[in-house]
Amino acid sequence: MTKRAPDVSASPPRRRSKYTLAPLVLIAANVVLFALFFVWPAVIGLLYSFTNYTGVGVFQWVGLDNYSHLFGDSTFYDALSRTLLYTVLFVPLNFALSLLAANLVVNKHAKGSSIARVIFFIPWLLSPIVVGVLWRWLFGENFGLVNYVIEELGGGAVPWQSNADLSLLVVVMAAAWAWTGFTMLLFIAAIKNVPVSYYEAAELDGAGPWRKFISITLPSIAPTSFIVILLNTINAMKEYPVFVALNNGGPGTSNNLLVQYIYETGFKRGQIGYASAASFVLMLILMAVAIIQLIVNRRVENR
Amino acid sequence: MTTTDMPRPLDADAKQPVPRQRPRKTAGGGFRRAVPATTLLWILACLYGLPVLWFILSSLKPASDLFSYPLTLVPHNPTLSGFEAAWDSANFSQYFINTAIVCVITTILTVGVSCCTGYALAKYDNRWLKAFFLCILATTMLPGEVMLAPEFLVVRNLGLYNSFAGIILPAVLTATGCFMFRQFFLTVPDELVEAARIDGARELAIFARIMVPLSRPIMLTLAILSFQWRWNDYIWPLLMLNDPNKFTVQIGIQSIVGAQNINWSVLLGASVISMIPLIAIFLVFQRYVMGADINAGLKD
Repeated sequence: MTKRAPDVSASPPRRRSKYTLAPLVLIAANVVLFALFFVWPAVIGLLYSFTNYTGVGVFQWVGLDNYSHLFGDSTFYDALSRTLLYTVLFVPLNFALSLLAANLVVNKHAKGSSIARVIFFIPWLLSPIVVGVLWRWLFGENFGLVNYVIEELGGGAVPWQSNADLSLLVVVMAAAWAWTGFTMLLFIAAIKNVPVSYYEAAELDGAGPWRKFISITLPSIAPTSFIVILLNTINAMKEYPVFVALNNGGPGTSNNLLVQYIYETGFKRGQIGYASAASFVLMLILMAVAIIQLIVNRRVENR
Repeated sequence: MTTTDMPRPLDADAKQPVPRQRPRKTAGGGFRRAVPATTLLWILACLYGLPVLWFILSSLKPASDLFSYPLTLVPHNPTLSGFEAAWDSANFSQYFINTAIVCVITTILTVGVSCCTGYALAKYDNRWLKAFFLCILATTMLPGEVMLAPEFLVVRNLGLYNSFAGIILPAVLTATGCFMFRQFFLTVPDELVEAARIDGARELAIFARIMVPLSRPIMLTLAILSFQWRWNDYIWPLLMLNDPNKFTVQIGIQSIVGAQNINWSVLLGASVISMIPLIAIFLVFQRYVMGADINAGLKD
């Protein structure tokens, strides 16, 4: 908003509020959809989280019981801490890889960058389920290509599937690989908007490529970096299909993340009220993340 | 934001400086700079491309060769039997048709609705629109996955359980789509609207006759994104659909993965088939995705 302030302030006299019917007609469909599929679920979700509703039949008001159960439930804590760990690993890895890819693709010395850009982007077109299948195929313990190569080189088979931490690591790599294409596009757009004169001036001053990257590119694309971190955090917190296809939240239940936990309690065990409470905790976490990042972003921009 | 943000082939300005520089600089200097950048680029590209290549080549192997050592990158006797088995098994062709129907309808609705909303948010100014803009912003922060259970109940209460409408309607409103169109229409000069008003055009006619045709590139970009989202969607169709005849491709693939003993030959075939439509669409309309300033839709 801040950036466009001048031209927006120039136009209000022209955009008078005498046109109220036309815009309302134009947004009507989305307003209805918003009310039906966003406001309504949010409201009944909040209400049901205070009940013992199972999806059918009568239910009772149980007050804060669901929430107090939730905070005493070690499975929930495991899911929550695993989700946070996954997010903390995924977001920086994806950020670094995407930024590297974007910089290489826009580098005018690199040959064949338009083909490379397509190669980087293709994983994003695969569904999370297929990404899971693909990496399961690569990292199979007895049959995967990766273990085959490791054994050929003289190493021992790595327990990619039966070790909980390695298993999580494979998902982190798979997700970072799959999301690079989209994040890279955001970075490419941002890097292309950095004025060329900055780089020319830096070059005259004798700055090397690394120095130019740190002192010009990174600060200039800060708003995009902020959006990327925010979107990727939200995406990571709600990850589910990659896990399901890659290791089904396993080995055992060690890599069940929050959405899987909500899904299993709500739909497999029919505890809608309890699952709604878990949903609200996730929602509060996401809101907290968004607010913290907005505040940090303000601080950085105002400096 | 000026019109330079409009989708256009990125290569146009990327390639231009190269031929101009060559005569000025010594060939050796350019070469020395090109080697590290190109090498690094292609090492990374190989890391990204190899998994997909290995996956596709594996799917061409006959089932008996899949696990035979030593593993070979290129199949000795390539066959399409995995694809045939996948296509025939478990109603996969039906899943494919179902997914295509859902994707096409959702995409058309999403593009239409987002175009209307984006235009209203960009070209009109009143309190309600500002409030609605914030509402849409809120949907990006709170994705559907966090409200799975209540959203399921709402759709069930609307009588849409186990129907395609139950998957399509909740997916039509997308913040990204609305913001992309809003961003685009902000770059269209207000004078265009004013001139049409002076000529006596009615508000909705201005939108339909002038603005909609102008926004065609954005429509294509959003259509591709929306198609990708719906084609790859898993958890919502899984919850909504009960009847195996209505399953989508992703549910079909996951049911093969979830089996006690995974039939890898069928699984690889099914996965590769499911990738084909999106990759084909992407390769045809590549420049609308690669050239688009998708950033603009998300950042404001």
